[in-house]
Amino acid sequence: MTPLTADAAVGSGERRRRRRGRRVSTALAVVLASVLAFVQLFPLIWMVSGALKPSGETAGASLVPANPTLDNLVTVFTRIPFARYLLNSFLTSVAVTVLLVGLGALAGYALARLRFPGRGVVFGMFFATLLVALPVILVPLFYVVSRMGLTNSYAGLILPVAFTAFPVFLMRQFYLSFPTELEEAADLDGAGYLRRFAQVVLPLSAPMLASLSVITFLATWNSFLWPLTVARDSDLWVVQVGIASFQSQYGGEWNLVMAASLLAAVPTLLVFLVLQRQIIESIKASGLKG
Amino acid sequence: MAMTLQRPPAAGAATPQPRRRSRRRREALAGYAFVAPSAIGVGVFVLVPMLLAFGLSFTTADGFGRMEFAGLENYRRMFADPLFTNSLKVTLLYVGAFVPGLYVLALIMALLVHGDLPGRAFFRAAFFAPYTVSLVVVGLIWRYMLADRVGVVDTVLRRFGVEQPPSFLGDPDLALWTVVFISIWFFVGFYMIILLGGLQDIPSELFEAAKLDGAGYARTVVSVVLPLLRPTTFFALVLATIAGLAGLQAFDLIFVMTEGGPANSTSLGIYYIYQQAFRGNQFGYASAMAVWYALALIALTGIAFWLTKGGRFDSADR
Repeated sequence: MTPLTADAAVGSGERRRRRRGRRVSTALAVVLASVLAFVQLFPLIWMVSGALKPSGETAGASLVPANPTLDNLVTVFTRIPFARYLLNSFLTSVAVTVLLVGLGALAGYALARLRFPGRGVVFGMFFATLLVALPVILVPLFYVVSRMGLTNSYAGLILPVAFTAFPVFLMRQFYLSFPTELEEAADLDGAGYLRRFAQVVLPLSAPMLASLSVITFLATWNSFLWPLTVARDSDLWVVQVGIASFQSQYGGEWNLVMAASLLAAVPTLLVFLVLQRQIIESIKASGLKG
Repeated sequence: MAMTLQRPPAAGAATPQPRRRSRRRREALAGYAFVAPSAIGVGVFVLVPMLLAFGLSFTTADGFGRMEFAGLENYRRMFADPLFTNSLKVTLLYVGAFVPGLYVLALIMALLVHGDLPGRAFFRAAFFAPYTVSLVVVGLIWRYMLADRVGVVDTVLRRFGVEQPPSFLGDPDLALWTVVFISIWFFVGFYMIILLGGLQDIPSELFEAAKLDGAGYARTVVSVVLPLLRPTTFFALVLATIAGLAGLQAFDLIFVMTEGGPANSTSLGIYYIYQQAFRGNQFGYASAMAVWYALALIALTGIAFWLTKGGRFDSADR
């Protein structure tokens, strides 16, 4: 009761002033947000603009090309085996995603739901490697991989990055909060563990697996250090290595460098535009919820 | 449920239940089979390299399979190497500027799109957009934009009357801060989303209550939002510190943009290690430096966990 009467006593003048204050602060927020959005988007737009400019226009500050052309995009494919790089990136990213998500879900499920001796030790091993970053183990990893004879091979591009503790950890957290009833129903059916996992558990975790797949695919497509280190043979170069080397060869030809960058970025930009919501939700989920 | 069934162990042991025992064995077998591929993979490609880093750091291993035991020689050499101490300094400067800058900007963005801002879906997507392209592409775009004379930044500065615009990547006093700025530009959307997740967990009544109180927006943020956001803040800061110290983003950017220069002013630890290993074929020496950085990371994480009483992300004083 008290707040109501108090509000009435304040009167309409005060309320109007407060509303105006809110409108001013909303306007300020929109201005600030617009400035920040400009800073975040301008370089990406500049890349598109540069990719469409003929070589005479690359210097300067005009955003809209005077004589826009698609020649740069074609030239990239003819000067370097860019299609090959795209194919290598695609194969590697798909393979890494399937392995990482599939095996991660399998292991995460076992650690969350199945009881077996040594489970704590196995979990501890995954946990201990959770924060290991690639640059820290790059040298010994390369040593291991070259001893296995996997340098300059697709296996060398794929396997060393297809196993990390992160998906195992994430899927374990997910399955810990998973309703048991359906599995129990399958249990009464006498279904084996693998069948139960494949037919009951996996379909129910599809949304989680889908968003994990999307971020894994993007991360693999965008990765540079490992493909750079393991593949010396240019037939095995992925897109990121290809464009980095392209720039060191044709450094001054910014229209071509931007065209190559655009071609490398288009798949990920498209994935982001289409699956924005899932990507954002999965980052929130991976942040922390447990 | 299984717990209550098994609680009287005597009863379970007294009445032999072959069906249950075989069931348990089958469950254990399934568990091992499910975990094995990931465990073996992580073992071979993460755990073994982790341990091997130690091993190699005591040798003179080169890139061609030759190696001799060298004791602590690599570690001794490290601290006598001015380029290593330089890379240490560069790394600390980088992390010291990257982490707070990233956090403050990400928080501002998260607060902006958390409220009832018109067009907030667009703004959220715009803030996040740089994170979706690769760092190689990011490095190339910014090299183009910052190129002396032909770059758009240079051109615009000249147009506004700056006669001698600075060389953002060519000046040893500026290059590192340019790399920090670009790292933040790239990463801020990701951290905005993480902080947004934390903001959305704060009950909206608390925002309303602060508003009715007549608390100004800034007061609301400082006295209501920040304390409740502490767990997310902690997580974000730890993640950003690790990413800054040993992360990939700095490596890719530096590889594409500056190659550690000018005058080694952007030679971050991880970049120097890479150079020693793959340009100089000094696997043993590079491993020793990597071990040193890994230990520093572990120590830092340990301190963070200790400061937050076991790394509990939920507010300790609730």
